[in-house]
Amino acid sequence: MDKRIYLDNAATTQVSEAVLEEMLPYFRQNYSNPSAVYQFAEEGKRAVDRARRQAAKLIGAKPEEIYFTGGGSESDNWAIKAAAEAYASKGKHIITSKIEHHAVLHTCGYLEKNGYDVTYLDVDADGKISLEELKAALRPDTILISVMAANNEIGTIQPIAEIGKIAHEAGVPFHTDAVQAYGHIPLDVDRLQIDMLSASGHKLNGPKGIGILYIRKGVKIRSFIHGGAQERGRRAGTLNVPGIVGFGKAAQIAGETMEEKGRKERKIRDHLIERVLAEIPYTRLNGHSTDRLSNNANFSFRFIEGESMLILLDQLGICASSGSACTSGSLDPSHVLLAIGLPHEIAHGSLRLTLSDETTLEEVDFVVDELKKVIERLRNMSPLYEDFLKEQKEKEKEGKDVQ
Amino acid sequence: MYSEKVMDHFNNPRNVGEIENPSGVGTVGNAKCGDIMRIYLDIDGQGIIRDVKFKTFGCGAAVATSSMATELVKGKTVEEALLVTNKAVMEALDGLPPVKVHCSLLAEEAIHAALWDYAQKNGIVIEGLKKPVEDIGEMEEEEEY
Ligand SMILES: Cc1ncc(COP(=O)(O)O)c(C=O)c1O
Repeated sequence: MDKRIYLDNAATTQVSEAVLEEMLPYFRQNYSNPSAVYQFAEEGKRAVDRARRQAAKLIGAKPEEIYFTGGGSESDNWAIKAAAEAYASKGKHIITSKIEHHAVLHTCGYLEKNGYDVTYLDVDADGKISLEELKAALRPDTILISVMAANNEIGTIQPIAEIGKIAHEAGVPFHTDAVQAYGHIPLDVDRLQIDMLSASGHKLNGPKGIGILYIRKGVKIRSFIHGGAQERGRRAGTLNVPGIVGFGKAAQIAGETMEEKGRKERKIRDHLIERVLAEIPYTRLNGHSTDRLSNNANFSFRFIEGESMLILLDQLGICASSGSACTSGSLDPSHVLLAIGLPHEIAHGSLRLTLSDETTLEEVDFVVDELKKVIERLRNMSPLYEDFLKEQKEKEKEGKDVQ
Repeated sequence: MYSEKVMDHFNNPRNVGEIENPSGVGTVGNAKCGDIMRIYLDIDGQGIIRDVKFKTFGCGAAVATSSMATELVKGKTVEEALLVTNKAVMEALDGLPPVKVHCSLLAEEAIHAALWDYAQKNGIVIEGLKKPVEDIGEMEEEEEY
């Protein structure tokens, strides 16, 4: 393949050159363990402190409220399991949504098996939770609300400020999985009244295997990885200095470029959506039309299945993803697409294209041109399409008979 | 993930299409699980499969197994076609990833369903052919950790 068009930036992003450059000295030159006493450890310590400030600044937090973790999944697990444990004496009820990432959903499922009660809020056709439903779900024994800031599949952004307000008024800690939102949309933990926030380096041109959990001062939460006294005794493990440095740099850059990056992506993304909806029949856009991540487009094409679409696109050098069952390793299509009310067969035919700020208009035009052919080819092979066309013909005939 | 043969049959599927007034047609699978296969058979007076066509909604393996299954039954007698098992389809494709084995079962089932339809239409009994199950719903247990 001489040319690759990478449209799977919600899955992971390329480490930017600036981030990589910042990280490199911490592999061979300043490889010290920053917990050590000798002077050689000083530079590592300073670098970690700087990264912590950078990570905090992006969400208006204090540096001492940032804890580095092994990624978004660990942050979600930690926030939910440890809060559940810490507040167990008050109650065992947790509220979350049906469209959370599995890092949240499976964690909640695990807690359910251990005596906790979890309410999974429905979402509307655009993927938003209902604030009324959230209020109604609150109980005296509710100890945590965990609702994601932005969805990884359909890009829908939740009304985080309103959720934070409701949680605050009810005196319930509010955790948000901001893995897709951190560095992509403005977030301020005080204004939004967020108590805990998960983010992951590799979604904002930083390295993989490094994340943060923001924990507001005063929120009771136990440590999750036990061992050494790193991260003020709350998260053991020798600090991943290059990863932390990379995370900090990525956060700093994201803070400076977020607006322009968003504008750029939105322009090209909107062009993509416009063309796909206009030129490919029996297609719908999934997710909210305006309250959505600037780089996300998610479509459902009727009568076809996602994996075959991905393979054909792959052969053209196009990297994309789908919510079909075959790509998830289970028989059910994406829980997010089902939660917004798509029938199974339509959920199977979904395609997620997530851009970067380097995605060009030419690339997107090439993708649409090829996508049209791919869809047509698969539809011509589809028994569902065959049935549909026959039905249409029948209807036409009936219509004529009536006339 | 897929063998070269699977990719070949996915990229260049043999016998895609429909047959007008087929001797038998069978549709199996369901859209819920993401696989539907339909196979059309044209069978002559001697019970030989003269032509076969398919349409499939499904993943790469579903398309490739349908394509291979049609190749394996073409020109065969009804009895011989009955012996084309999912294993034979898989072997002819140089194997399938474990999660895709059900696609080959679906292909076998689609052939059987089309043969069943042919037998019903002609009032004949094909030795060893059972009424097809419309829905192959494997209940694969999810592993819990
Ligand atoms: C919304 C969301 N939460 C959590 C995760 C998990 O993050 P990580 O891959 O860093 O563990 C992801 C990424 O796949 C995600 O998109």
